[in-house]
Amino acid sequence: MNQRFATATNIVAEVSSGARSAVDVVDEHLARIATDDGEIHAFNTVTADAARARAAEIDELVASGSEPGPLAGVPIALKDNMCTRGVRTTCSSKILEEWVPPYNATVVERLAEAGAVVVGKTNLDEFAMGSSTENSAFGPTRNPLDTGRVPGGSSGGSAAAVAAGFASLSLGSDTGGSIRQPAALCGLVGVKPTYGAVSRYGLIAFASSLDQIGPFAHTVGDAALIYDVLAGHDPRDSTSIVQPQASVLTDLGAPIDGLRVGVVKELSGQGNEAFEPAVVQAAADAAEALASAGAKVEDVSIPSAVAGLSAYYMIAPAEASSNLARYDGVRYGLRHDGPNTAAMMRASRTAGFGDEVKRRIMLGTYALSAGYYDAFYGKAQRIRTLMIQEFDEIYQNYDVLLSPTSPCVAFEFGAKADPLTMYYNDVCTIPSNLTGHPAISVPFGLGQAGLPIGVQILGPMLSEPRLFQVAAALEEVAPR
Amino acid sequence: MSQTRTETESASSEPNLLPEGWEMVIGLEVHAELATQTKMFSPARNQFGGDPNTNVHPVCLGLPGTLPVVNEKAVEHSIRIGLALNCTVQRCIWARKNYFYPDMPKDYQISQYDKPLNVDGWLDLPGGSRVGIERAHMEEDTGKSTHVGVSGRIHDAGYSLVDYNRAGVPLIEIVTRPEIRGPEQAKEYVEELRSILVTIGASDGKMEEGSLRVDANVSVRPTGADELRTRCEVKNVNSLRSLGRAIIYEARRHVDLYEAGDSPRQETRHWDEEAGRSRPGRSKEEAEDYRYFADPDLVPIDPSAEWIAEIAASIPALPKERRDALIGKGASAEAAAMAVGRQLDALALAAIEAGADADRVLTHVANNLAVDGAQNLDAGHLAELVKMETDGALTATQAKQVLAEMVETGSAPGAVAAAHGFEAMDTGELETLVDQLIADSPEEWERFVAGDDKARHKMQGFFTGQIMKATKGQADGKAVNQLLNQRASR
Repeated sequence: MNQRFATATNIVAEVSSGARSAVDVVDEHLARIATDDGEIHAFNTVTADAARARAAEIDELVASGSEPGPLAGVPIALKDNMCTRGVRTTCSSKILEEWVPPYNATVVERLAEAGAVVVGKTNLDEFAMGSSTENSAFGPTRNPLDTGRVPGGSSGGSAAAVAAGFASLSLGSDTGGSIRQPAALCGLVGVKPTYGAVSRYGLIAFASSLDQIGPFAHTVGDAALIYDVLAGHDPRDSTSIVQPQASVLTDLGAPIDGLRVGVVKELSGQGNEAFEPAVVQAAADAAEALASAGAKVEDVSIPSAVAGLSAYYMIAPAEASSNLARYDGVRYGLRHDGPNTAAMMRASRTAGFGDEVKRRIMLGTYALSAGYYDAFYGKAQRIRTLMIQEFDEIYQNYDVLLSPTSPCVAFEFGAKADPLTMYYNDVCTIPSNLTGHPAISVPFGLGQAGLPIGVQILGPMLSEPRLFQVAAALEEVAPR
Repeated sequence: MSQTRTETESASSEPNLLPEGWEMVIGLEVHAELATQTKMFSPARNQFGGDPNTNVHPVCLGLPGTLPVVNEKAVEHSIRIGLALNCTVQRCIWARKNYFYPDMPKDYQISQYDKPLNVDGWLDLPGGSRVGIERAHMEEDTGKSTHVGVSGRIHDAGYSLVDYNRAGVPLIEIVTRPEIRGPEQAKEYVEELRSILVTIGASDGKMEEGSLRVDANVSVRPTGADELRTRCEVKNVNSLRSLGRAIIYEARRHVDLYEAGDSPRQETRHWDEEAGRSRPGRSKEEAEDYRYFADPDLVPIDPSAEWIAEIAASIPALPKERRDALIGKGASAEAAAMAVGRQLDALALAAIEAGADADRVLTHVANNLAVDGAQNLDAGHLAELVKMETDGALTATQAKQVLAEMVETGSAPGAVAAAHGFEAMDTGELETLVDQLIADSPEEWERFVAGDDKARHKMQGFFTGQIMKATKGQADGKAVNQLLNQRASR
């Protein structure tokens, strides 16, 4: 746990009791943004005035004796792919550089009702396509722990904002690891909820069947605090889970005696040169630590897990190729004129999208094309089905699974310029997105250059209360 | 496909519009807008007209981050349509049809592809033929583009305006099997389908407002062959008349190509009503690959047996059943179809059941009643009127006049007739008039007496017309004819 900054839990306690004003809390965070974000570049847009005004409202609520909400006065940063009414939402793309949504994402409304204070919109790999935030059209974000290195991605700005003390909590979106990997690289807790647990309404889609919104936090307790606010059914999202979800705060701190933990052989990095040895060791140490705390730890095998990366890079680009079609220069966003409509669309998209986005649109268009569908997209879907079956079978005998979050700690800018090398960074995180299952990354130990390592805990559908319980236990015993 | 394939009666009764040895093979795709309050996936209003881009919402504008939510009422209407068309209603999957077009906000259309809601049905037409229904699936409508430029087409427009009021309006696409054999059967199918949609309240079926649109898949083959040859899809057919013309034009074009040793290529063609011909749409180079895949933003719809049963129970009597009811009372198939088509069959049936002559009732329903006003006409009054007419108390012309007033005022026919002083003319008075007229028109009378049937019929018209003129329509035409024949045979 990062001890430099106050936890959200403490801020809520202080603000709600009147011990400290929300305005004071927000000013402190805005001041750090003012001095440090020039270098870090966590934000695309800082909403300082709106944040101060909102903080003042929270203080008035407290003064009048009203309930200010479970996130009262907590400064929070939003990944810039979540729609905010009246505040531009860019996806770090030139094609949406000036786009201002007329509506709020469901999560934005839930946070507002809970008393949180939005301080700004954070940088990302363009349309969330990347693992380093180097693919932003507005320049990369630096890792606050080592500014010569990336913060991870695609939610790098949201991770850096919390790690740098610009916000106490932040939201990211995780399509193939885009919350958990930057959380690992920035020494934070990052949560990828069960698919459908948190509304996607207002999240600008990358790959609809994989995208989920989740939080970054300094501690498991902070993550649990915000998770309860985010989760719940939303009639505006047809894929939102209807059944009520249990609070993840309830079992926090409960002992894990007898808990059955599986260490996934295929994701462990054992004997795999692409994994940093310290990362492999940290995951093994985490398993050991859980065993010491009373859990039953065993190695398990999920053969289809290794095919996850290939399946993902068919399915995600395929959905993206369709989701990103609407950026055609006709209704909003960047327009470059041409002699006719088709030429205008071509010119706008050519000028508006970066290389990685174009690469994935092409990949996805190809994967869905007549004559290739079965060999590519169809096959990837069958792998996905197989993977869900294998994980579900394993969960008959295990409560949670364990693996490293990322094969390596934060890397230097340009270190993974080859797309395939970059894609491989998601090898451990992708299976959860394909299966729709939840996962949490927790800091555990240090690797190369003293940088943090993350391990992730995986569980079956809607097992969040259990995952938070195990994450808290791991946080408790993590080496400091 | 073979299990529902039927060679139809009306197919053989169509005049042969193609050179000897060829027959038409036609399949129709009908798009009908569903009569819902809101759009297919968006809370925006589903309403025709309105200023451009006023019936819109972030969802149907496809704004970034928005998600579709299925309108349950649209599904209910679609199931009702499926049941009315004898389809199997099944679990269905939403699919994205991807192509770039400025009037489509997301640059893909949410539709259904390999798992549509309704499959394998049929529709029995008034003429006795049966047309197989392959599928009836749900989808969303597109917006409307106006291309401002030389030709009004997108390719050389100076600029284009787009109205998204229609974007996202719920549609059902009803696809027949290629079992239609001619333009008359095609029109009959569309009329019957339209009548069903209106009857069950699923659509207003207005072709002129575009809420009902028809595309025709046309091919030809040697008469009696079993093969299906290359078809062309003819779009932009905006009326039943256009549909008939477009089918004939397209089928003849195919025959000409085959007879010249060539063959048509599969393509979409646009009907040009003014020029009376179809033109190629998208060229082959731009042929679309729609890259269909299951829409990940939506979940499959799996209607429960209870829901389907509930909807089935709510379906009112369909046009065929209503026609049969009139036919059972002695109406001709044509008259019954006319009455049902005008939504006046319940009135006619009640009047006939009250003892009025079926032919006279149906004649009034077909010719003398405006649909709007007639909805309020009392069936008992109509029956009384017809009885007065058949009893000779009113002439046909008088009855028509009385009927018009009954609709307007709601009065009983006896009162209206009395107020006008309509009474059957005294026979003696009429005889005097007829004899006078014969005396005044010796040449015409000669032709009536000596002429063949044709000439006699013509002259009968002359004499009846003169008498009607003299009596201001009060004379009974039948009585005049009787008198003329009587005098001639003397």
